Amino acid sequence: MKSEGLTAMNFNFLRYCLRQSRDSLKRNFWLALVTSCIIAVSLMIFGGFLLLAVNISQLMQDVQSNVEICVFLYDDADKDWLAEELQRLEGVETIRFVTKEEGLEDFGRTLGDAALVTGLQGENNPLPDAFRVTASAAELVPQLAQAMRRLEGVEMAEYGEELVGELLKLTGWINRLLVGVGLLLALGAVFLIVTTIRLSVMARREEIGIMKYLGASDWFVRFPFLVEGIAMGWLGTIVATAALVAVYGKVAATLQQDAFAFFLRPVTSPEQLLPVFTGLLLLGTCMGGFGSLISLRKFLRV
Amino acid sequence: MISLQHVTKNYPGSALPALDKISLEIEKGEFVFLVGPSGAGKSTLIKLLFREQLPTKGEIYFYGRNLARLNKKALLNHRRQIGMVFQDFRLLKQKTVFENVAFALEVLGKAPKEIEYKVSEVLDKVGLAGKEKSFPAELSGGEQQRVGVARALVKDPLLLLADEPTGNLDRNTSRQLMELFETINGEGTTMIIATHAWDLVDQMQKRVISLEKGRLVRDEKRGTYGYEF
Repeated sequence: MKSEGLTAMNFNFLRYCLRQSRDSLKRNFWLALVTSCIIAVSLMIFGGFLLLAVNISQLMQDVQSNVEICVFLYDDADKDWLAEELQRLEGVETIRFVTKEEGLEDFGRTLGDAALVTGLQGENNPLPDAFRVTASAAELVPQLAQAMRRLEGVEMAEYGEELVGELLKLTGWINRLLVGVGLLLALGAVFLIVTTIRLSVMARREEIGIMKYLGASDWFVRFPFLVEGIAMGWLGTIVATAALVAVYGKVAATLQQDAFAFFLRPVTSPEQLLPVFTGLLLLGTCMGGFGSLISLRKFLRV
Repeated sequence: MISLQHVTKNYPGSALPALDKISLEIEKGEFVFLVGPSGAGKSTLIKLLFREQLPTKGEIYFYGRNLARLNKKALLNHRRQIGMVFQDFRLLKQKTVFENVAFALEVLGKAPKEIEYKVSEVLDKVGLAGKEKSFPAELSGGEQQRVGVARALVKDPLLLLADEPTGNLDRNTSRQLMELFETINGEGTTMIIATHAWDLVDQMQKRVISLEKGRLVRDEKRGTYGYEF
């Protein structure tokens, strides 16, 4: 009997709160719209940064996983034995033997003009035979190179240590910068939301005071404002998400078609993009909700 | 029902206490006038009884419970047992008479059917039947205060506290309001009314508690206002 009474009371409470939120949103339509727009703009910028961070991270991973270890051999090295030994190392994905002639051709291509290496063929070729090895994961490259250097017949094993190190550092810095700027923007947006919702609370200050005199609980007062804030948060997030999806889709499609940007492969997999948009929805909801709660704190002290 | 024991209330920045060692008892069903000059401590006493404020020293008991030791839930229950009537009515301008009174029950999570029944009943009791759809601005001062009384009454309070309820009303309307209070008191609700309406206090011959500079100077069973204007 008691729980039935409680359920009925909760239902009446919920109905009352939803009605209050609806009426308030109607009454403060323009204010609510402005707040939603502020949330939308903040989330668009924050979401844009997030997408940029996801793509930079992806690009760095691509670059790192494409790093090859060049294993240069002494002239008298036992190539068959070395090929077997290299294959046996854990983390090695592919092995390609490159003769000194092929190496010279590759070098010529890298320089952009094969004519530059004429005269270096045959006896004059300064390059040794080599294996080009790829690893299954970028972080395994340094230790694999170390192991390869210890093998008999190996003159040196290089992979561009400095480049990988710099790339890792750069990725870290860019990610920290993007998250930092994004968080600052989100904080700024929460401040604006608090100000906007406070106007709505101020408009109903008298009502809140009377509610407290009538014996309303703090949650009874808070809930309609919370629903109002969350509704504004959702509206803002929907607008921001729609805009981001449209703009990002367009940019991604352009980059994929652009032959000059072949090295930029934008992230399009739903598994990587879904967390970004779910995060935005959660953030928008929290921004609206927290904004309401912070705005109300002062008015509940009766 | 209500017991005050050596209650003192100091406000920061004020040299004199707003209430100074007040001790008194109020029984269930009593009709009490709080009188005294402005600044005597009447409003402070009402705020302490509603537990809007806490005493600096001393204890206040309501049905045996120390008001200083109420947890959040008990505080809500305490306030729900008390109806408050204000000098400035404190009605919501954008709500109709019906909605203003219904608000008191919505806050308590009552069902719409119960709200409709109780609001109609109480509006009838205070003489506002037929004014349900009017907005406060369309009513006279006396009618607005009746809405305030109806809002306080609709939740069947054990105690009705009124702070200068006739302060904004003319003599005739004030008399009608006091008659309404007497009727409500006749049905069992305890009343504590802070007022300057000396003629009505003299006429009604109820218990009068007189405060001056925060001190209790007089407590008479069938008293008079006792101050000159």
